[in-house]
Amino acid sequence: MSKNIMIVGVGGQGTLLASKILGKAAMDSGMDVKVSEVHGMSQRGGSVVTYVRVGDEVYSPVIGRGDADVILSFEVLEAARWLPNLKNGGTLVTSTQQINPMPVITGAAEYPEGLVDDMKALGVDVRAFDAPAIAAEAGSVRAANVALIGMAADALGFDHDILRGAVAACVPAKALEVNLKAFDTAVTLAEKAKN
Amino acid sequence: MKKLLLGNESVARGLWEAGVRFVSSYPGTPSTEITEFAATYPEMYSEWAPNEKVALEAALGAAVGGGRSFCGMKHVGLNVAADPLFVAGPTGVGRGMVIGVADDPGMHSSQNEQDSRHYAVAAKLPMVEPANAAECKEYTKIAYDISERFDTPVLLRLTTRVSHSRSPVEEGERVEYDILPYEKDPGKHVMMPANAKKRHIVVEEHLRQLAEYAEVTPLNTVEENGGEVGIITAGNCWNYAKEAFGKGASYLKLGLLNPLPKKLILDFAAKHARLIVVEELDPVIENHCKTLGLTVTGKDVLPLCDEYSEELLKSRLLGIEPDFCEVGAAIPGRPPVLCPGCPHRGVFYTLQKLKLRVSGDIGCYTLGAVPPLSAIDSVYCMGASISSLHGAAKVRGEEDKYVAVIGDSTFMHSGLTGLVNVVYNGGKTTTLILDNSITGMTGHQDNPLTGRTLMGAPAPNLSLEAICASLGIPEDHIRAVDPNDLEALERVIREEVAAPCPSVVICRRPCALLKSVKKNPPIQVNADKCVGCKSCMRIGCPCISVADKKARIDESMCVGCGLCSQMCRFGAL
Repeated sequence: MSKNIMIVGVGGQGTLLASKILGKAAMDSGMDVKVSEVHGMSQRGGSVVTYVRVGDEVYSPVIGRGDADVILSFEVLEAARWLPNLKNGGTLVTSTQQINPMPVITGAAEYPEGLVDDMKALGVDVRAFDAPAIAAEAGSVRAANVALIGMAADALGFDHDILRGAVAACVPAKALEVNLKAFDTAVTLAEKAKN
Repeated sequence: MKKLLLGNESVARGLWEAGVRFVSSYPGTPSTEITEFAATYPEMYSEWAPNEKVALEAALGAAVGGGRSFCGMKHVGLNVAADPLFVAGPTGVGRGMVIGVADDPGMHSSQNEQDSRHYAVAAKLPMVEPANAAECKEYTKIAYDISERFDTPVLLRLTTRVSHSRSPVEEGERVEYDILPYEKDPGKHVMMPANAKKRHIVVEEHLRQLAEYAEVTPLNTVEENGGEVGIITAGNCWNYAKEAFGKGASYLKLGLLNPLPKKLILDFAAKHARLIVVEELDPVIENHCKTLGLTVTGKDVLPLCDEYSEELLKSRLLGIEPDFCEVGAAIPGRPPVLCPGCPHRGVFYTLQKLKLRVSGDIGCYTLGAVPPLSAIDSVYCMGASISSLHGAAKVRGEEDKYVAVIGDSTFMHSGLTGLVNVVYNGGKTTTLILDNSITGMTGHQDNPLTGRTLMGAPAPNLSLEAICASLGIPEDHIRAVDPNDLEALERVIREEVAAPCPSVVICRRPCALLKSVKKNPPIQVNADKCVGCKSCMRIGCPCISVADKKARIDESMCVGCGLCSQMCRFGAL
């Protein structure tokens, strides 16, 4: 198996936890892996992207256009921004959350409407859902990370138990139950949507 | 068992395994985490120095003093440390010394895209470059062996993608080395001309020996897959080349960047009809190949600017273009912004309101340059806010029309000498020191003004007021003000730019992201009072938007700093 996964969002949304979980899942699956992250405060509020590459032998830490199997997006505009990186037949999981960037706030640009429908119209496997709401329902809005992973679980290619184990290894013990609940709810949602 | 380590984390592990005893660095993206992780090993004394020159000198002293040492910095930090860098080759070391320098191709977080490999050539120092986290640890350890074998500091070159990528690393154990006995040796360590002349000859002899080592070092590897194409590359570019060409090419991967081998390259070249050099930034390896009489493909088809990628190599070298789809709508950009509650916001709002020209500096507050605040006129390098403004004022006068703006950590790094210059040479400029009680942009590091060391020990809490007074700023023109009190801030800035003497305004409020900073409840909008005038939006806060002609606050982001309330004339916020 080889998987190219991108995690995109707005600086400060906590994309690093998702990449940590996926990196752990890859290690536990006995695969080679590279995770490329954004560090420092300088990207706060800006568009951020993390790359996770899994395979028998992985060299490049980044993923180019048309090369991602799965994109996990914390925000709709960011999903559309990084859509060109998705492989033909790839899966795009996005939270329906919208955060206005500064050019929109100042009126210099508009936040495009109907982006999710536009992406679906291109024939892309788009799974859009309210990740913070699912997370909040499970007990904490901070579990949105794990809900996104759950929504993409089948496309990620990892064994579900390995994914759940990776979640357990990466989140604080007191938040484990909430995170696993968010994960399972999202997995069920994804299955329902398929059928 | 292998662990998934960040490149920088793996360098720190390598330092520990190599028996390093002393680490001194100044934070700079993408190098910062090396030293942060180093500080987690109690066997290694680790510290933040006020700047890279001090760090490198401290590390040199430690190595000559008999313990293995390290200092880390970003590429532009090496410019600051260049003076001791050039003398450390001639003096040599005692125990090994490694200087980590992280370049930033693509400028993810930097003001230039310099290629630090030139420093290795210019300072006549060996340089090694790893391509992944496992090599980060191994090459670090080998660098110490090179350092001691050839009695020279060694440069460890990293790039953002190697420093900030995780990959599997097999951890090893630490080897301890005794502190060497002290020996007085002025011929080696007193760099006055008579001694330095002799040491230059030694450096050239070491370089000759290193050139022989370059032919046989395990750092340089050949992967021979037959075929026409031979790729000569190094570091992360090797990763991209491997992805793009796979087994369709042979590879000479250079882990020792200075000195570069000759025979090894010529032997590799003899087996391949088409040679391609893949290196980001400048044509260092390419030019070396050309001096060997080789014809290579390099910067004739690959760019000098920006970072490379698998996609770029496939496109430029193999004619393969990516297959992708995109939405038709224009996607607005999302530049980084000052955080909600950032204490710098009020400062830049006030400066643009007063129409002052702003000589800026390096830090989070560089974001004061972006819309809607657009308050900064220039940003050059660490400390240049004060010194470049001094030059402008000497030529133009107009001291009441501009200010220098510099952060607390940057002021301690290299603002002090600029302020001394202002005072000494009769300047009358105003300096705003934005004291947010932390080194912010690189991710919250302590500095000499925070009262705590890297290893968590309490430190003397230096006073900015006392420092400025001791430098000669008149005491009644050293003013501290809360930048979230817009009325007081404006009044103090007005008074000080008008003052006929050099002055300092200390804008003091801790970074809103510090855990110790208490958040207030989110600001509420009183829709009955809001007239939709958008005055609150002039401060460029990402929490505020306007919907249905009324201000709207994103309560999930708002930390209740109250700046917007001060903007509202209708009491709606």
